[in-house]
Amino acid sequence: MLNVAHGELIMLGGYAAFWLFTLWHLDPFASVLPAGGLLFVVGIILYRVLFSRLLHASDETKIKNSILIGFGLALVLQTVAIAAWTGDERAVTTAYAGAVLRAGGIVVPLARLGGLAAAFVIVMLLHVFLHHTYPGRAIRATADDVDAASLAGIPVPTVFLLAFGLGSALAGAAGTLAAVTDTVSPSIGLAWTLKALIVVVLGGLGSVAGAFAAGLGLGVAESVSGVLLGNAYREVMGLVLFLAVLALRPRGVFARG
Amino acid sequence: MGRQFLPAAAGLALLALAALLPALAGRPGGRALLSWTLLVLLYIALAQSWNVLGGFSGQVNLGHAAFFGLGAMTVRLLWTRGTPLGAALAAGTALAAIMGLVIGAPALRLRGPYFAIGTLAVAEILRITAGNVLPDIAALPPQLLAAYTLAPRYYLALALAALTTAVAAWIATSRFGRGLVAVREDEDVAESIGVNAYGHTLLAFVLSAALAGAAGGGFAYYHVGFYPSFAFSPLWTFDPLLIVYLGGVGTVTGPIVGAVVFLALREALALRLGELHLLIFGVLFIAIVLALPGGIVQAVRDALVRPGTVGTTREVTPAS
Repeated sequence: MLNVAHGELIMLGGYAAFWLFTLWHLDPFASVLPAGGLLFVVGIILYRVLFSRLLHASDETKIKNSILIGFGLALVLQTVAIAAWTGDERAVTTAYAGAVLRAGGIVVPLARLGGLAAAFVIVMLLHVFLHHTYPGRAIRATADDVDAASLAGIPVPTVFLLAFGLGSALAGAAGTLAAVTDTVSPSIGLAWTLKALIVVVLGGLGSVAGAFAAGLGLGVAESVSGVLLGNAYREVMGLVLFLAVLALRPRGVFARG
Repeated sequence: MGRQFLPAAAGLALLALAALLPALAGRPGGRALLSWTLLVLLYIALAQSWNVLGGFSGQVNLGHAAFFGLGAMTVRLLWTRGTPLGAALAAGTALAAIMGLVIGAPALRLRGPYFAIGTLAVAEILRITAGNVLPDIAALPPQLLAAYTLAPRYYLALALAALTTAVAAWIATSRFGRGLVAVREDEDVAESIGVNAYGHTLLAFVLSAALAGAAGGGFAYYHVGFYPSFAFSPLWTFDPLLIVYLGGVGTVTGPIVGAVVFLALREALALRLGELHLLIFGVLFIAIVLALPGGIVQAVRDALVRPGTVGTTREVTPAS
């Protein structure tokens, strides 16, 4: 199943960070947990109400209809965000927003470094969860072969629900981290969805380490092309790279056969 | 033969009725009705162009706005610089078709969700690039603005709607179209009976792109002033998708019914709710995909067929 409204969940996470900071002065790094929890609940509800209906459809219908539902959902969430919080761009301005770390001739903004560190911790935790706990292994088994997982006694519908909730929670966490360095507005969803898809396709579906490497790669590619071609074309470069890889490996980079 | 003749006759009658509408423009409310119908016609053309690929071959193109935008941009640039409208429209359509070939050839080799994601990425690339290269609003030059009347725009939109619907009707009944539907239902079976799956879907993709480009040209001729990047907005993908699913995906009449319902709803809702009407459209779209995958056309057909009789639908039934 594919949720093309994933970027809108990141957008919601960003708003969670913004409001927690504005109303209660909660640091965006600290709001990773509440925002993640909140989005976990949102994800569970979305799955229960919408995506779970596709569980018994054929593979092709499942993918196609989940894309269509996500497409409609993205519009709904964007409109709700505009109605609730207007279309203005919001920024979280922390006390350390301008602080930098100097090492030799290199200047690194502390906030971005913190974001990277937090993302690294989250990815490590995800890896441990997926590989060393029962629910995590159940998710991986179901992703590998639904029928075999079901025969082995894994409650497949619950696993799908958990995986969807977990994905949404991670989107919420990503949104709070993004809010540290980037502005939040209702329309940022699509760009984040595409970034997420690029990273997943480049890194290989279902591979945490691959996604981490591909995420770093995409960031570097975007930054370099931002310097070479101008900032306006940063995202274009990532998308072109993505299309080039898709054209060479139509079934995804790490697909067998 | 009678069953073939009836829809064609109904279509021609509708066409004749629509062609007479500008005569009412002088009456009170006539102008408002005319501009509303013009929009309906443009949306029929755009929705029908998506339907050609998405409905009959089942490939979900999420980057349809790219071809609409290319057509709109080309026609606008050429026409406002003195090229005759017909030549500008031909150029816009041709460019969209060529882009359809360039993008479709690799994209249709993609499997699973990658086709939808890939086309979405293409549309975003073009939208960002168009916004950067052409940052200024494409307003009509004064002499063109002075000569602006609604009637020629209306007839162009009518011609585009008729053309796209004729193409859809041809696909629904032709050998090519049956091959396309066979590929949609089961690619392996279609290949085994001699249908070239890749060739069929690629031709449908190019046709769909060309028709979207033509619809974009109609939009560029009609609209007084817009940002070039607006013509590439994802809304030009979402609106035709909603219209096609609302009416009935993979049917000839679906996009027509869908466009009328969509614009009537939008008119009524946007007045009362403003931007919030998009929320209702999003929910409606999801509800149709989940609960009524055949759209209004299928619902009406089911209501007409008496329970207990075997439903023999002449038009192709939608997938899923």
